[in-house]
Amino acid sequence: MQYEAIIGLETHVQVKTASKMFCGCATDFGAPPNTQVCPVCLGYPGSLPVMNEEAVRKTILAGLMLGCDIARLCKWDRKNYFYPDMPKNYQISQYDMPLCRGGGVDIKLKDSREVRIGLTRIHLEEDVAKNSHFETTSGVDFNRAGLPLMEVVSEPEIKSPDEAFAYLTALKEILVSGGVSDCDMEKGQLRCDCNVSVRPVGQKEFGAKIEIKNMNTISGVRRALAYEIPRQIVALEKGEKISQETRRWDDAPGVTSVMRTKEYAHDYRYFPEPDLMPVVVSDAMLAQIRELLPELPEAKRQRFMQQYGLPEYDAGVLVTDAALAAYYEQAVRWSKNPKSISNWVTTELLGKLAEAKLTIAECPIAPPQLAELVTLIDGGQISGKIGKDVFAEMFTTGKSPSAIVKDKSLAQVSDTAAIEAFVDEAIAKNPKSVMDFKAGNQAAINFLKGQVMKLSKGKVNPQMAGEILLRKLRGS
Amino acid sequence: MTLHTQTIHELRAQLRRSKVSAREVTQALLDRIAALDRKLKAYIWLNRDDALAQAEAIDRTGAAKDGKPLAGVPIAIKDLINVEGQPCTCASKILQGYVAPYDAFVIRQLREAGAVLLGRTNMDEFAMGSSTENSSWGVTRNPWDLERIPGGSSGGSAAAVAADEAIAAIGTDTGGSIRQPAALCGCVGLKPTYGRVSRYGLVAFASSLDQIGPFTKDVEDCAILLGVLAGHDVKDSTSVAQAVPDYTRALGKSVKGLRVGIPKEYFIAGTDREVAAAVRGAIQKLQSLGAEIVELSLPHTEYAVAVYYLIATAEASANLARFDGVRYGLRVAGDDPIEMYRRTRGAGFGPEVKRRIILGTYALSAGYYDAYYLKAQKARTLIRRDFEKAFEKCDVIVTPTSPTAAFKAGEKMDDPLQMYLSDVFTLSVNLAGICGISIPCGFTTRPKLPIGLQIMGKPFGEEMILRVAHAYEQATEWHLQRPNL
Ligand SMILES: [Zn+2]
Repeated sequence: MQYEAIIGLETHVQVKTASKMFCGCATDFGAPPNTQVCPVCLGYPGSLPVMNEEAVRKTILAGLMLGCDIARLCKWDRKNYFYPDMPKNYQISQYDMPLCRGGGVDIKLKDSREVRIGLTRIHLEEDVAKNSHFETTSGVDFNRAGLPLMEVVSEPEIKSPDEAFAYLTALKEILVSGGVSDCDMEKGQLRCDCNVSVRPVGQKEFGAKIEIKNMNTISGVRRALAYEIPRQIVALEKGEKISQETRRWDDAPGVTSVMRTKEYAHDYRYFPEPDLMPVVVSDAMLAQIRELLPELPEAKRQRFMQQYGLPEYDAGVLVTDAALAAYYEQAVRWSKNPKSISNWVTTELLGKLAEAKLTIAECPIAPPQLAELVTLIDGGQISGKIGKDVFAEMFTTGKSPSAIVKDKSLAQVSDTAAIEAFVDEAIAKNPKSVMDFKAGNQAAINFLKGQVMKLSKGKVNPQMAGEILLRKLRGS
Repeated sequence: MTLHTQTIHELRAQLRRSKVSAREVTQALLDRIAALDRKLKAYIWLNRDDALAQAEAIDRTGAAKDGKPLAGVPIAIKDLINVEGQPCTCASKILQGYVAPYDAFVIRQLREAGAVLLGRTNMDEFAMGSSTENSSWGVTRNPWDLERIPGGSSGGSAAAVAADEAIAAIGTDTGGSIRQPAALCGCVGLKPTYGRVSRYGLVAFASSLDQIGPFTKDVEDCAILLGVLAGHDVKDSTSVAQAVPDYTRALGKSVKGLRVGIPKEYFIAGTDREVAAAVRGAIQKLQSLGAEIVELSLPHTEYAVAVYYLIATAEASANLARFDGVRYGLRVAGDDPIEMYRRTRGAGFGPEVKRRIILGTYALSAGYYDAYYLKAQKARTLIRRDFEKAFEKCDVIVTPTSPTAAFKAGEKMDDPLQMYLSDVFTLSVNLAGICGISIPCGFTTRPKLPIGLQIMGKPFGEEMILRVAHAYEQATEWHLQRPNL
């Protein structure tokens, strides 16, 4: 019998804001435990939540980018359950009136088919604290408690581990491009739970839903599903009955195991949060947020390929980060060679930034300066090789490339007489190679050419040097 | 001159003219407390040294002359409101050892106004009760009869003011917890409109019903103290950004031509004969002062008790979930978190609190939510509409505050429902989110116990209820009577 899998994903994304969802505490990652806390996010008696409007705006922005219907009126609810990571033992969330409904994420499958994975809803809530377990005790770090968390719930329309992977990758790309979240999985800014069931092809009813938790990477999700789906199919083929349960993914052995069965399912006893007023999304607010709507990554990728004549790979690298794409477009405005700019940005610049642990916003080279460097190379003023040195100098000093070329006398020598002098010197110093060449060893000319470059400290125009060398060797 | 019997406005005049120092006033109150509170038990924690230090600072800086409204006035605080550095137990064992790390909004307001914070008053645990018998720290006695209860939940605050152990006090009112004890102790107590006073720093019982308000010896003091407590606070999203009027300007105005509504549902069998007579007398008094009496109906009144005990307990079941032994207060160790929760909450909460948490949890449970919580919310809307309609016909509504005068300690402890019914006339004000005040309007004969008159007003109608209360008070002398202690 043929089986098919039905997958729905619940993705928790930390919304990028300066302060927490319901208090003024900072959201910086990696602070010492329990240093970014206050009576509100610690759930102290008498404290009250105050809504962070920026988090609401960013969630609406995410909804607009994903084509959702934005609620004009929504409210907050309390989700009740006891756990040591819950400061109040209830979580402020949105139950039946989420900020966004509908919408979808477009993904490209391996066979180049494009499909849209529908979204059920996006709602906003507060994150919980982080538990740590030591030998005999446990600790709770409340720095994370109260961070704004967006939950993106997909429709059960994902059919394979690869589709799940593509969905998460595309979702992440969109959210990062809009500045909604950094989606840094290492910092726990994007976390995902899967609901997966299998059924014989042709059957209308869904199979029993299994929830998988604890996948820390997007590829972890793919691996967990690639394990879980065949497990369920094998069980069904053996005639076993699959019943609703929650399973945990263990990355190292690559298996899922039972966490809890349906009997332990929570009754969250949702009810409207009396400490907060309902959220009214006005026309003006919606218009303001629409202004911030960025070009979606896929559209931008297409445009970069057409407008700048870039290959798909280059365009893809440039659009993953909105700031990087903006940098590129600024540089291109000063240049006639978009492809060369792209080469510099995607290789040298990204390499240097990674090495220096800087973001594109902190880049010491201004976009027009990078354009100027490309112009110097294209115009033959400096060689590509010298260009790399100039680039390194620009990165450390922030000086303009022309200033560096001038200060260090790096300008390429294109004067025939001067090049001839270097060529003559190389020929005089390497009689054996000259003999080899004359004896028919064509490769010997490359060695001689290298000597010319070396003598000139790389400043001669390599093409001219090659021509003059050949002429002299043949002529003499 | 006995300093402890003074009102805020009397003391203020003397402090301004330096006839008396703030230190002398505070010392007088501390002496009074030392003499009386062993039998009254209005306080559960005294701020003795710090109170004197606060008073000395007031004297030193001349805050009284600067016109600060409460400069040098000793005030007692219900144990439900956070004061930085002080315990805040909510009369519960579960908060034993907890020291508040911050000041509530109203405490900042009081400090700013120059008040001296005397100490913390007894209450029903987490404000759940109508007699102050549900305290983990002992029962407060009614100053008029020590065998009787002072009402609740703010019984300690009411008893302290009635017994001159504080010039004024702060309480909280979720279903009558200011007005009912004020009535039973013979003082003035006001429940402001929901949103008028910030709840920031008030340990929540039922978030959509709780309000902080004043206990005072007369209506003028009530206006002064309300003016200090009221105000918009960005830290409480339910507080309303509406300017605070000078409430004392509402005083001294005639009630001539004002329409006083009398809802028939509040004048029913079950109300004590002497209470009913005193309230009828008060209505006649208002009429003789020129007010027009309007008979009206609040048809959904009979649902108020049920609605209240569903909504209040549902909210409480979530609000009290945070007391789990993880971060503060009592912790009874267990092998796993669930066992720790069970043991901590089992040992920390008293029976009434447990009863209400269970009731509220049930009302919110899957399968029961629609039948209980949701239905209660719909009925709440109907009760609110009753008042909206009634206030089209009248300026204030006048009723008894409580169906009986103070009852004996232990009398209703075995019968929660009887206890709940002692708030039957006060609950609707909280459900509707409007304001209400209780003022003395007579006494029972044997024994002599105070009777309270409740005056309800429109949302943000505090000036109107203070005006009517003041006019009545000025025409009577009930408020001048003091218990024999
Ligand atoms: Zn905080």
